[in-house]
Amino acid sequence: MSPLIVSALRKSYDGREVVAGLDFELQRGECYGLLGPNGAGKTTTLRCCLGLTAPDSGDITLVGEPVPARAREARMKIGVVPQFDNLDPDFTAAENLIVYGRYFGIRDAEIRPKIAELLDFAGLAGKEDANIRTLSGGMKRRLTLARALVNDPELLLLDEPTTGLDPQARHLIWERLKRLLAQGKTILLTTHFMDEAERLCQRLAIIDDGKMVAEGPPRQLIQQHIEAQVVEVYGEDAPGWAEREAHTFSRRVEVSGETAFCYVEDATSLLAHLAAWPNLRTLHRPANLEDVFLKLTGRELRD
Amino acid sequence: MSASIHLPPLPQLSSRAFAVWRRNFLVWKKLAIPSLLGNLADPMIYLFGLGYGLGGLLPQINGVSYIAFLAAGTVCSSTMNAASFEALYSAFSRMHVQRTWEAIMNAPVTLEDVMAGELLWAAAKATLSGTAILVVISLLGFVASPLALWALPVIFITGLAFAALGLIVTALAPSYDFFMYYFTLFITPMVLLCGVFFPADQLPPLVQAVAAWLPLTHAVALVRPLLFGEIPAGILGHVAALLAVAAIAFWIALTLIRRRLLK
Repeated sequence: MSPLIVSALRKSYDGREVVAGLDFELQRGECYGLLGPNGAGKTTTLRCCLGLTAPDSGDITLVGEPVPARAREARMKIGVVPQFDNLDPDFTAAENLIVYGRYFGIRDAEIRPKIAELLDFAGLAGKEDANIRTLSGGMKRRLTLARALVNDPELLLLDEPTTGLDPQARHLIWERLKRLLAQGKTILLTTHFMDEAERLCQRLAIIDDGKMVAEGPPRQLIQQHIEAQVVEVYGEDAPGWAEREAHTFSRRVEVSGETAFCYVEDATSLLAHLAAWPNLRTLHRPANLEDVFLKLTGRELRD
Repeated sequence: MSASIHLPPLPQLSSRAFAVWRRNFLVWKKLAIPSLLGNLADPMIYLFGLGYGLGGLLPQINGVSYIAFLAAGTVCSSTMNAASFEALYSAFSRMHVQRTWEAIMNAPVTLEDVMAGELLWAAAKATLSGTAILVVISLLGFVASPLALWALPVIFITGLAFAALGLIVTALAPSYDFFMYYFTLFITPMVLLCGVFFPADQLPPLVQAVAAWLPLTHAVALVRPLLFGEIPAGILGHVAALLAVAAIAFWIALTLIRRRLLK
């Protein structure tokens, strides 16, 4: 049975439809990503799945329970890492885990023997008595991940788990999430980091304006939605060059500031042509998920 | 508990509320002694300052010294203040600043559980505060009879009433500054109108009529006679008034907070 089934989900705030008919279904043991720009409806979708927001219409089945009707029962088997840290600043690391366990009805005597293991998993071995205020951003996020595991959940919901972390801290989180997947946990992740989605997710959905614009494994999305190669052309003359010359070599060209992005199946002739333009610098690379994302959701800012 | 029994059905309320209560208790335990002394210092300064200073100039009031009269009022006003501070500043920190409630509600705990835990916690803390004053004034000889032990349940339901009222304000507050209005426009006038410092019958009839509707009036009407060894008049009415305030205010607070957090 799927750990999460969402069908025809809709939610509006003040007449604006934030989630506009979303359907997806997680497979047991996979990492599924919801990828979208700010305001695409990712967090609202997660809140609906947890039963913290009542959808206007649509059905949600979370670990076999209908939500919001039986959201409390469903949440017994869910672990959540929220977007903003909300560890208890008045408690030590160990107390955070014990107190959180109580919210699941877990007795202190059951949690205590597991604390060392949970902290070890989070790369916080020996930090039982550490004051939360003394922990770095990365340590706090890892402790939040450990806290989400106190009830040994079937499904983890992670809302932008690495936003605001430095590269070292992000890699450590990714490595831990992969371990959890190897243990058979299912993960639903929201992110706007393409590398994160590409590394972790078996499947992902690109969401924009509350609608799904594409769904599939990352490689497949790249193959389906975009040309195989990208030549980025930089320099003061790039926009002018793009306007006059680029279309001869590339069917699709996007200009952003002083950079022209030329999407091509084969870059040979374009690169040969560019050799005659010493003022233009070029970067030739395979197309990636970010190219798909920008093609499908556009380049304009979302604030 | 009494507050929730009087409410319309709350199917989402469970014993998990106790886990929320225990969370707050654990935080308090770490700073229990300074917190208790802090809660005692302010009312005691007023009690001694006004009680001896001003009281020396005053005749007896209804057969007791002014300081004994004031001591009984102070038990009530301290209970009110402790419940209000907890339900305003501390609950707001947990709701808004630290996002503690959000974390709790990601677990199998509902908003109703969180709010019930907060209500009972603020009432418990207020009870502790009121009881501490009661102990001190008993040691000083301002309490006339063991009947004063009946003041303890009154202190608790007074705590419930003011905790529930405070949670309404927290539900509406955009920031800490907002709480000044509540204290200036509601709490402080109540201390002056409800018979803490002087008998309310000193006031003009119109003001007395307003004061009769204020929750602190009912607390004072119960606690003061009990401390002087008398059985209060109209017990049932006063108890019912405090419980009604607690129940209705809690229901309003719950509705407002649900609108704020679960939209």
